[in-house]
Amino acid sequence: MTLNALNANVPEGPIEKKWDTRRFEMKLVNPANKRKYKVIVVGSGLAGGSAAASMAELGYDVDCFCYQDSPRRAHSIAAQGGINAAKNYQNDGDSVWRLFYDTVKGGDYRAREANVYRLAQISVNIIDQCVAQGVPFAREYGGTLANRSFGGAQVSRTFYARGQTGQQLLLGAYQSLERQIGAGKVKMHPRTEMLDLVVVDGRARGIITRDLVTGKIEAHAADAVVLGTGGYGNVFYLSTNAKGCNTTAIWRAHKRGAHFANPCFTQIHPTCIPVAGDYQSKLTLMSESLRNDGRIWVPLKAGDTRKASDIPEGERDYYLERRYPAFGNLVPRDVASRAAKLACDEGRGVGPGGRGVYLDFAESIGRLGEAMIRERYGNLFDMYERITGENPYQVPMRIYPAIHYTMGGLWVDYDLMSTIPGMFVIGEANFSDHGANRLGASALMQGLADGYFILPYTIGNYLAQSKGPKIDASHAAFKDAVKGVTATTDKLLASKGKRTVDSFHRELGLLMWEACGMARNEAGLTAALEKIPQIRAEFWKDVILPSGGAEMNQELEKAGRVADFLELGELMCFDALQRNESCGGHFREEHVETEGANKGEAKRDDDNYCYAAAWEYKGPDERQALHKEPLTFDNVHLTQRDYK
Amino acid sequence: MTRTFSLTLHVWRQKSAKQAGQFAKYIAANVSEHMSFLEMLDVVNQDLLAKGEDPIAFDHDCREGICGSCGFMVNGDAHGGHRGTTICQLHMRHFKDGEELWLEPWRSAAFPIVKDLAVDRGAFDRIIASGGFVSVPTGSAVDGNAIPVPKTEADLAMDAAACIGCGACVAMCPNSAAQLFTAAKVGHLGLLPQGQPERDRRVLAMVGQMTAEGFGHCTSTGECEAVCPKEIPIAFIARMNRDYLEASVKERPQANRGGSG
Repeated sequence: MTLNALNANVPEGPIEKKWDTRRFEMKLVNPANKRKYKVIVVGSGLAGGSAAASMAELGYDVDCFCYQDSPRRAHSIAAQGGINAAKNYQNDGDSVWRLFYDTVKGGDYRAREANVYRLAQISVNIIDQCVAQGVPFAREYGGTLANRSFGGAQVSRTFYARGQTGQQLLLGAYQSLERQIGAGKVKMHPRTEMLDLVVVDGRARGIITRDLVTGKIEAHAADAVVLGTGGYGNVFYLSTNAKGCNTTAIWRAHKRGAHFANPCFTQIHPTCIPVAGDYQSKLTLMSESLRNDGRIWVPLKAGDTRKASDIPEGERDYYLERRYPAFGNLVPRDVASRAAKLACDEGRGVGPGGRGVYLDFAESIGRLGEAMIRERYGNLFDMYERITGENPYQVPMRIYPAIHYTMGGLWVDYDLMSTIPGMFVIGEANFSDHGANRLGASALMQGLADGYFILPYTIGNYLAQSKGPKIDASHAAFKDAVKGVTATTDKLLASKGKRTVDSFHRELGLLMWEACGMARNEAGLTAALEKIPQIRAEFWKDVILPSGGAEMNQELEKAGRVADFLELGELMCFDALQRNESCGGHFREEHVETEGANKGEAKRDDDNYCYAAAWEYKGPDERQALHKEPLTFDNVHLTQRDYK
Repeated sequence: MTRTFSLTLHVWRQKSAKQAGQFAKYIAANVSEHMSFLEMLDVVNQDLLAKGEDPIAFDHDCREGICGSCGFMVNGDAHGGHRGTTICQLHMRHFKDGEELWLEPWRSAAFPIVKDLAVDRGAFDRIIASGGFVSVPTGSAVDGNAIPVPKTEADLAMDAAACIGCGACVAMCPNSAAQLFTAAKVGHLGLLPQGQPERDRRVLAMVGQMTAEGFGHCTSTGECEAVCPKEIPIAFIARMNRDYLEASVKERPQANRGGSG
């Protein structure tokens, strides 16, 4: 391992001045010259879509790629609950500083302070921009914007559009993007997947793609590449991510030289519908906003199989309210998830298999009336009933934690540039803002901050200074990359083994969930590190794919993604093993408080692990090299998180 | 006790838009009542792969009914015909042992078939690109609360904005009309103060694009509203028609000189 400090490139000066300082320092591209620069944006979600639209508005020549059939379908669309902003419209004491503080603390002190402060500053501009686009946020009768509260905060700063906030924000960005497509400023490539990054003379100069309808493998050259390709939660097979979400773009960029930071920082969401059977293809989230009015409980006694309605109040354990009286049901996601696991491990879980806890609205319905609950959460209640066949207005919901988000991702500096000059990474695909745990309603905020308000400036600063030669796709580096991608595709297509792609994916997912999920320990991680290379070898030997490279071949798409998950999974376990502390979503069973008021809570080790771990790819089957970015906390002082 | 049963599926198989398609028959055995419809198809596909056959292609992604990727006809009903439900959210408890199901892609000249049950809905994107937006470049917004929006109108706009662009409305319409999709966006933006400056040109451009894409005309049969998984009311079509008529006959001020000085 090398101990080599990465240059985070954070501006000097007090934290509240840093972004102003950077914006003033930046070199600018003359408006008339912007159209001479081609920028590739991969991904069309909140981050990619907003970045592509904003850069086209500035005048850059933009090409945007997504694997879905339309940019409107990116997985940002599934975010339900809301988006945070330090507007203080509720007059409840919110401020940029408080949002910054909550986010650093919520992230368990493993995020970069300067980035988080900028995020909190920009949050207010995002709301303005989205309102102006016509995003139909919830309103009060007087016509002003409504807010709700969310986990990890004691102020109401979350803006929302029913339970479809992500959808509405994405459609706002999508409409801006379509405006630019209609104007000829963005060329959109739907149903197209990035399969490699092309680096020339140390700079990112383009990508290799496969057309998912015709199978054509193509090279695209540019002056800069932006990845807004989302998270890698599907490494666990079962997650709340869309089925197509994958790590391929960032993983292949990683193999071309982009360091991968904190891969083991994954978020488990406490409120998902429990697994029903082994055919299960994905898990469905019930918005965290439900915790505002729902009370979480399990039976007091283990092995209690009575119906919820037959269990009297005195024999119920509202364990979050009991253990965390200050935050109650609104503790951060990692804390709520672990508490649910603990209750189930004690034999107090409910529903088939005993892996579930109740989320009960009876008290709220009694207090506010069914109509009010329907107005707030109607679509979520309907969705729950469609999936489970149970009516949550009458019986409590059953919920259980599931993989939801990945805080880790490609390492980026303050300007969101990776360790490969010219390649920028935005939104969930990067590692920068959420530390070891993301607070609810912060992902939408980060995706849009990066895409609307940060990247469009910082990329100009890069382009203004990179006077490289014009390169097109006829360059040898592109030809080599096309050859490599074609060879891998052909190898997969020729594989006529016995096991399906899904069976390998399920096997990996289950192993990752057991060893590197809600709780991790040395023995489990070590065993997983032995097992994953075996599954990977087996995959390349025994996977079965249908032929047909020149047509839509969904098995081939999945196979390429699973091949990458099989490599990433190993790095995640390795990262989790080396991080010999508990922090945020990374809970090492060896590191818990053993006494005092916080007994059983996660125990950080700030003396030894107060850094971001950035991994450098060293070649197939080689151990990756660790680089550390030390994290300093000058403004939010390191303390143990306390939600009691 | 979990109920399991079997079904007979007749699935439209077509390699590409250029080749002819036909129905193929498959047995879905051991279907659990808790499966979603797509999970049932996943299991069928795993069996096909094991036999060395080509699995059935269908679009899907979020499987939570919000991305709008999925959708095909089941026995002539878009998304299987359950109120407010996409096919990914339709669970097998609604089916009986031994049922025969006919699965077909959306059928519309404006939605060319990509493969099997997957179609190309790019026409919807082009309708949005023609005017389904508010022209507000990043950075030029005023404070969010500087634009008050009455709650009732915000709620109504949200009803329309809930459209997921799945295409069920077109697939179910005997005329293959895209009025409900287009009207949902015209209605969403037309109801809000932010959408007023471009209200006339928006409706004219979007309706023009819709016609150019080859969608049919609306004859108010109401099938679209009945199958819309987001239950968008047909009243938005009436609103769009009103807007269109008004925009068509209105005298629009036209300055002699541009503003670029």
